[in-house]
Amino acid sequence: MNKPIRRVSIFCLVLVLALMVRVNWVQGVQAEAWASNTHNDRNKYDRYAYPRGNIIVAGGQPITKSDFVNGYRYKYKRSWVDGPLWAPVTGYSSQAFGTSQLESLSDGILSGSDSRLFFRNTLDMMTGKEKQGGDVVTTLNAKAQKAAYDALGAKKGAAVAIDPRTGAILALVSTPSYDPGRFAGTGGEDEKAWKELNADPNKPMLNRALRETYPPGSTFKLVTAAAAFENGRYQNIEDVTDTPDHYVLPNTNVELKNASADEPCAKATVKTAMDFSCNTVFGKIGAELGGEKMRTQAERFGFNNPGINVPIRASESYFPPKSSADGTAMDSIGQHDTRATPLQMAMVAAAIANDGRLMAPYLVDEERASNLTTISKHSERQLSQAVSPATAQKLQQLMESVVQNGTGKKAQIDGLKVGGKTGTAQHGENNAGLPFAWFMSYAKAPDGRQVAVAVVVEDGSTEREQISGGGLAAPIAKAVMKAALDR
Amino acid sequence: MSSSQTGGESPRTKRRENTTITPQGAPNRRNTELVLLAFAVVLPMLAYANVGLAMDGKLPSGMLGYGLGMGALALVAHLVMRRFAPYADPLLLPLATLLNGLGLVMIWRLDKAGSLLRKNFPAASNQLMWSALGVALFIGVVMVLKDHRILQRYTYISMVVALVLLAAPAFFPSRDEDFGAKIWIRFGSFSIQPGEFAKIILTVFFAGYLMVKRDALALASRRFMGMYLPRGRDLGPIIVVWLLSILILVFETDLGSSFLFFGLFVVMLYVATERTSWIVFGLLMSISGAALVATSEPHVKTRIDAWLDPMRAFAPNPPKTATEQIGQTLMAFGSGGTTGTGLGQGRSWLIQFAAKSDFILGSFGEELGLTGMMAIFLLYGLIVQRGLRTAVATRDPFGKLLAVGLSSAFALQVFVVAGGVTGLIPLTGMTMPFLAQGGSSLVANWALIAILLKISDSARRPAAEPAPTTTVDGATEPTRGALA
Repeated sequence: MNKPIRRVSIFCLVLVLALMVRVNWVQGVQAEAWASNTHNDRNKYDRYAYPRGNIIVAGGQPITKSDFVNGYRYKYKRSWVDGPLWAPVTGYSSQAFGTSQLESLSDGILSGSDSRLFFRNTLDMMTGKEKQGGDVVTTLNAKAQKAAYDALGAKKGAAVAIDPRTGAILALVSTPSYDPGRFAGTGGEDEKAWKELNADPNKPMLNRALRETYPPGSTFKLVTAAAAFENGRYQNIEDVTDTPDHYVLPNTNVELKNASADEPCAKATVKTAMDFSCNTVFGKIGAELGGEKMRTQAERFGFNNPGINVPIRASESYFPPKSSADGTAMDSIGQHDTRATPLQMAMVAAAIANDGRLMAPYLVDEERASNLTTISKHSERQLSQAVSPATAQKLQQLMESVVQNGTGKKAQIDGLKVGGKTGTAQHGENNAGLPFAWFMSYAKAPDGRQVAVAVVVEDGSTEREQISGGGLAAPIAKAVMKAALDR
Repeated sequence: MSSSQTGGESPRTKRRENTTITPQGAPNRRNTELVLLAFAVVLPMLAYANVGLAMDGKLPSGMLGYGLGMGALALVAHLVMRRFAPYADPLLLPLATLLNGLGLVMIWRLDKAGSLLRKNFPAASNQLMWSALGVALFIGVVMVLKDHRILQRYTYISMVVALVLLAAPAFFPSRDEDFGAKIWIRFGSFSIQPGEFAKIILTVFFAGYLMVKRDALALASRRFMGMYLPRGRDLGPIIVVWLLSILILVFETDLGSSFLFFGLFVVMLYVATERTSWIVFGLLMSISGAALVATSEPHVKTRIDAWLDPMRAFAPNPPKTATEQIGQTLMAFGSGGTTGTGLGQGRSWLIQFAAKSDFILGSFGEELGLTGMMAIFLLYGLIVQRGLRTAVATRDPFGKLLAVGLSSAFALQVFVVAGGVTGLIPLTGMTMPFLAQGGSSLVANWALIAILLKISDSARRPAAEPAPTTTVDGATEPTRGALA
């Protein structure tokens, strides 16, 4: 009987070998695919198995925390220092609902899984040190951020502040905001908060500063003025325009009106038109320059560019490439099809303040490993030469005049040179919605420090008449500029 | 090297009845067994410490008690071996102890996963109790079973007992948590899985019957289409028993066991008759049987679907019957990779309810990695190899058949479970011998090892064997004296 027994032995050996080959296939060849399978919840738990790195503001103070909660599934939980204030920047990092904004974009560094941290991690593993994520250092100025958030208060809106010389974003606020800590975990409370926030008609989780586009209204008149100077239509801010008393949109019977009939807009100088924010003057300039020239100028300021990442992707601001003459007239005063994010209008103000050089806006200054080694550092980059330095000078004079003599008086700050432009943008079907109040501005300190700010307020008042950029948005911009340049 | 030398001689002696093995005067290897046993107790203790350190940051409080308990059990078993089976194979007891110990550690580790494992009630203490019972039964068999050939007397009683055991679960109501398989007998909170015991008892019947009928089966046959078919009166009874057991199992939807019993039957028939035609018959019948069951049983179809597409249950709108288990286990294996996460540091509780039982191999795969899995398969492979080695060395045909049957049943069970869990073959739902949670399986496999050891003791005994009916003790004494 030994011969068949030997054959049975071989058969059993084959069975065991088959198992060995199979397990080599699954755990060797296919291992990575199974490990990184989207349904493999281990990856979710790994993310919170060790302290996550922090997001840090310019002064060096962290605005995030990683709390040791020692759950069976998750060892750590994300929390935020003053969550609602920073949420438009940090986004959320939730065990149940994923990540967003910087928490998502810098996840590699924060979670420590970035390949540039590989050497560090390997060393830590060998020395038995707990794995830890790296930090992300932002350009944010805590004072400016707080000032903007407090000034916006209960109003719905957004504020963006940029350092014109570098493009560094100093403040990025969106209200109403939310506390990402409310749904950082996986419990029932977290789920309730998540559902509540998503169902909220005020959309607290919408990043209005970067992701919402508004009609820019009169603030866009600076772009129109820039196009006029750049194309040689006017040489000087004192040049008199040939604006009629009643300007009828080209090829229509529709008369374009100004905010009030007694404004000195007929045959006004460019400066006066800007001071009083004359629709007729800039509508006519835009219509006569034509859509193409207007679009080119707008694009040099950053419109129609879907690739503005700070690194959070900003929505594309829009100036229509083709429009009828009457449409272009309306586009040129920031109505009709023109749309801009608050970031975009801050970029316009920054380019003007920086003598026409538009710097690429950025939020992340530095990424570093947990041992503080720098992994990457932002290098400043010019996005475009939006206007010539000469044109920029003229635009600055216009903006400073608006704050001195015009609609932007509420933005004046003692000891600082402030330029600004108000805007009250109509929107909705037949302009039925309450108008948006805009203010875009810059301030320069005597020592050369600068800040450019754009503020939009969506529903500053229930009374239509009380909504104006100068009244609602300018004080907010003022508070931000003051805080940003305050020593 | 006494074992390899005796093994080297038997294949060359073609005539079984006249096989003689010259006394070698070689050591009986009990000291080897003791050293290996010490290793088999210490290794799980270290694993136990590892889990404690990884999960709580300190050594488990029960470590000393556990170590002493396992050590004491192993020591008693070893001493009983020295007295009652001094020439038995030195590897089998340590191998079983090691696997049992590792399984205990993993079950304890999964107990600690707490609420992460739905319906998680502590199982380690129960498993420890069953281990003790298993070793007790092992000791009992080694002590009481003077000679394995005594079992031959119970051939037909075995048949009846096996059929009764197999049929019994059908009379007990099935529960939801058994997931379609009716394989338990229940008395209150206490339940046993008779299939595990039937595996051994049926092997005894097959061995006894085939030993008597093998000449008739092999020789008194008619040639038909190039193959030898035995006479119905020789083959009939065994076919009937085998068919009955398969039918019962199919009725109880215990597919793993029906495959196991089928394979066992074919292997034993082949070994007994030395006719290759049985393999061909076996293959043909298994293919047709599998096709029949696969098309008629919805339970089987579900499992084949899960095997073909393990991630189906994760897709949107999965079919109601789809199960996550295979996919979860494969992800556990993949996440373990080559070296594993380390004991206590994996997340195999994601496999959920069967993580401690049918799918415990997934937990090992994640925490010990490919390296650990290869080691575990080697341990199983060694058990099978030692069993088959015993079969080769044994001089009596009943012992040969019994050893071959028990070993190949063990091998088939390991293959069916591990193959199912790793996605090599469709899952059929059986327990991993020694590792998995479950009292019946543990106790039955300890008994299986005990019988194998008794056979190997008689196979490696240097002196000529006494007749089965005479007392063994009388024969043992002079041998010992000769050795001393």
